[in-house]
This record gives sequence, C-alpha cells and structure tokens, in this order.
Amino acid sequence: MTDPTTTLSRNPLDLDESRTFLDANELVINMGPQHPATHGVLRVILKLDGEKVLGTECVIGYLHRGVEKIAENRTYTMFNPYVDRMDYVAAVSNALGYCEAVEKLLNVEAPPRARYIRSILTELNRIASHQLWLGTHALDIGAMTPLFYTFRDREEILKIFEKYCGARLTTHAFRIGGCQYETYDGFEKDVLNFLQFVAPKIDEYEELLTTNRIWVERTKNIGVISAKDCIALGVTGPVLRASGVKWDLRKAQPYAAYKDFDFEIPIGQNGDTYDRYIVRMAEMRQSLRIIRQAVDAIPEGPIMAKVPKVIKPAVGEIYHSIEAPKGELGYFIVSDGSTQPYRVRVRPPSFVNLQALDLMVRGALVADVIAVIGTLDIVLGEVDR
Amino acid sequence: MSEETKTPPPPEGGAQPAAPKPAAPAPAAPPKPAAPAKPAGPVPLPWDSPLVAKYKRQFGSGLEAQSYLGQNYFTVDSSLIPNFLLLLRDDEGFDYCVDITAVHYPKREKQFDLVWILYSHGKNERIRVKTQIAETDTPPSSVAIWPTANWLEREVFDMFGIRFEGHPDMKRILLPDGWKGYPLRKDYGIIQQDTEWVQINLGIESGQ
Repeated sequence: MTDPTTTLSRNPLDLDESRTFLDANELVINMGPQHPATHGVLRVILKLDGEKVLGTECVIGYLHRGVEKIAENRTYTMFNPYVDRMDYVAAVSNALGYCEAVEKLLNVEAPPRARYIRSILTELNRIASHQLWLGTHALDIGAMTPLFYTFRDREEILKIFEKYCGARLTTHAFRIGGCQYETYDGFEKDVLNFLQFVAPKIDEYEELLTTNRIWVERTKNIGVISAKDCIALGVTGPVLRASGVKWDLRKAQPYAAYKDFDFEIPIGQNGDTYDRYIVRMAEMRQSLRIIRQAVDAIPEGPIMAKVPKVIKPAVGEIYHSIEAPKGELGYFIVSDGSTQPYRVRVRPPSFVNLQALDLMVRGALVADVIAVIGTLDIVLGEVDR
Repeated sequence: MSEETKTPPPPEGGAQPAAPKPAAPAPAAPPKPAAPAKPAGPVPLPWDSPLVAKYKRQFGSGLEAQSYLGQNYFTVDSSLIPNFLLLLRDDEGFDYCVDITAVHYPKREKQFDLVWILYSHGKNERIRVKTQIAETDTPPSSVAIWPTANWLEREVFDMFGIRFEGHPDMKRILLPDGWKGYPLRKDYGIIQQDTEWVQINLGIESGQ
C-alpha cells in the first residue's frame, strides 16, 4: 500500500467485455454525465458488486473547449479573459496565475499596490469557491440548509467583485502587469464589513455540520487517501493538506504579496472526507486573516507596471504556478518572440486531483462516490478546459 | 531553442483576422518599450550545481543544464529518459511530477519537445526536464515512476499523438475516441475540422 509504483499502477477498471451484465455478480453502471452530484458533466463508469465499488473509470472532456489551442491563436492580452472560463468559480485565481506567468516571461513585476489588490481579491475568491464547494458538497450528502447559507454569503463577495470590475463570476479583474482598475471609493470599508459579516457565518456553517451525526457518519473514514499516494498522484491543494502534508504554494513559493502576510497552513491527519472539510473551513478563516492584513497594509502607488502596449516576450519558456482554491494551478508558456504565445499549457488542479477518485472509492459504497466527488472539489470547466 | 521555428499559423478564418489587428500598432509602439527590453532580454544561462555536475559526469554530452529567468531545466537525450527520471525521483527527491506536456515544432527534424515539470517536496525546488523526440518515436511512459503521469500522458497523446510505450491505457482522454488528428500540433486545421463536422452533423455548408 505504500510503494507508489505498485499501488497506483493498477489500471482504473479493465471493463471485461466478455461478460454480460446480469449473469455475473459484477454490475457496470453509468453515472452522469448529466447527474446532479457530478458537479458539471462528469461521467463515471462504476463497476459494482452489489453496492460495493470495485473500480471506476472517469470519462471526461464534455466541456473541452480547446483553451490551449485558442491561446496559440490569440495575443497574450486577448487570451487573458479566456482563463477565467476554466475554473469559473475561482476566475480571479486563474487570472492571477496567467498574468503572473506572462509577467515572469516579460521579466516585469506588478507594483506592490497591485499585488495587494490581487491578494485581497484572490482570497475573497478562495472563500467564495470554498463556500460554493461546501454548499454543493453538503447538498450531495443530504444536508440542504448549508447551500442556502453559503450562497447567501457568497453573494456578498460577488457584490464586491461587481463593484470593483463590473463582473461577478468571470471577472477579468487583472491585466498583465497589474490591475486595470483602481479600487473604488469605499472598497476597503466594504471588504472589512464583509470580514465582519462572514466570520460568524463560518461558525454557523460549522454549527450545522461539524458535530452533526449524519454528516460525521457520511464523511469520517470515507475516501481516505494517504499523503504518499497524494504526492505520487500529484494531488494538491486542500486534499493534499488534509492528508497531513503541510504544503501550500503561498508559503512554499510565495507570489503576489503573500510573503508579507502572517497565516497558517491548516492540515488534517486522516486524509478522509471529514478532514478535507475541516481543512477547507480552516482555510476560509485563514483567508479572512490574510485579507484583514492586506487591507490594513495596502500601500499607495501605481497599479500597473511598465508593460509594453504590444506584449512580445523574448524567446523562451516559463512555468509559474499559484495556489488556487483547488490546488496547484500552473501555466507553462513558450514564447517564440511574437505577439502570440507559441504554446500555453495549463496545469489544472482539478484534472489531476480527479485522477485520485479511483483510488479513493475502491471498496467503498456507491453513496460514498458522491461524497468523494464532492470532496475533491472539481470544476469540470477546468478538468476539460 | 535556436532551431525554433516560427510557424505562421495556417491561414484560416476565425481567430486569424483578429490576430493581425493588435499587431498593427506594433511598429508604432515598440520604440520606447521594446528598446530597453531588448538589451536586457533574458537569455538562458548555464546552470551549475552539485546536482548538475553529478549527472554531467554520469551522462556526459547527453545532458545539458540551463537556467532561464531563474528556472532550471535539463535538456537530455531521449535515450536517457526513463532512467534519468527515475534517478531524479529516487536520488534527488523529485517526488512530485507536476506536469507532463509537449510542444510541437513542425519544421524541426525531431518535431516534439517533451517536457516534464518536477517538484521536490523535500527541497522545495522545481526543475524541468526536456527532450526532443521525432514524430514516430514512442517515448517510455513514466506511469511506473509517478502514477500521476497516467492522465497527463494520455492528454499528451490526445493532443499531440505521441504514444507512450508501456502506458497502461493509451487512449484519448478529452476528445471523443473517433476524433481525427491531434489538435495541438501546429499543422492541425481547426476550420477544416469544423466545416466537416457541420456538414456531416448539421447538414449545412459551413459553420463560419
């Protein structure tokens, strides 16, 4: 169970074609792509023995839009809004990763004020993403109330986005070199009000779930994954941290303004669904901490670096990654010296994390598959790109 | 990078007409921003470290180590591939394979750059390993080294048509099984595919 070469090389499901469905103990059923608990259009083929899962195979690509190909046919600036459409519940994080990657390629750095604005918005987006995750995950497991609570509170974040840049979901908030917009009058006040508003709400979510017996029974020891398997499978983000690995790119390789902030990396021990829930709840509180520090210390100054009007990076390649709400979101960009990227590769956290599904649900019950898909916090827009 | 080909994307509709537009102001704009950027233009520097020295001794000319904008990468001969990756994992602690991807240079004899992005949790260090392969090559799979390579290699196959030898399940992942061609190759025509699809499926002349 420990050596990754032997544990994980087992192939996700070799569907035995020679067997017919009903004269065997094994049953192959199809979940999705249109299924309320698959969070989009994910199709999972389940091989079952009674209610026990013997293996799974994910069929993905229903939302594939060829984002990487589109990038090759757009200029660097024109491609910027497209990245928002990958993980559309955390559009700000996508944009941050892309803008910083191109800035690195250009060898420029966003000014401090822009970096602070970016950190504030990204952390707000992390809270929004976790709230959406919590609401839908709880709904999948059978708790309906949290959905209404989290969507009500997430609205406040979207309002701040809307006031800042006019969009709520696919914000296109950042530009290569900094931010397009200065903060609006009262931005700081709005953000601080939101912090005050949401802190007790997070306690409220926890009151609903943390000690709720049904919740605990449905999540404890479900979808357990060890730290070693996580690393072997390239799993990142809260899923990795819930397995006890204290690794967060905001600390390991700080970007934006994160090296200025004091915060902790919450970790779990068991690597089960419950721990992932606890980790994400703690992460929301840490985000509040970061935002408060950022608002208090936000420097004055320009919000755009000196970036040429026509972005033409020198020939070369760069990899830059950030800690998105789902895990490590990376961009590998190859420039041939022209105005269009020669190649943009997106390293999507959801795609890589979804690969762990098979390992996490083997031997579990069908109902646990729902819980595990929820706890992985995938967004199909990003899985398929 | 010297042999890098600057391929003009195939002349097609859709995205193309849009592209020249932002390029138009280029002659006017560059003088001030591009001029200071040019002399300071970053170039790949040699990357020296004990790690590099060790593997240079072992593999000699089959391996080059460079650093671009502070990011280190190895360019290795494709014959070293499974072994070198295994050494990096076992001896150097690169336990996390972040990504596997490819880049297509159609004018080169060895058309593809295959790129592994690796990270070491122990050292908090990130490196890249690059190799060049020809269109007909079947590089060895690294699924046995990092299980995460499974889907990543499938995606490379899906998008570039590079078959990995020894991969447990080498089939398309994002595109439908019957898809023709490999979209991220530079010579892949988007518009022809689209026209063919609408003609067959929608019975109209063109979707454009």
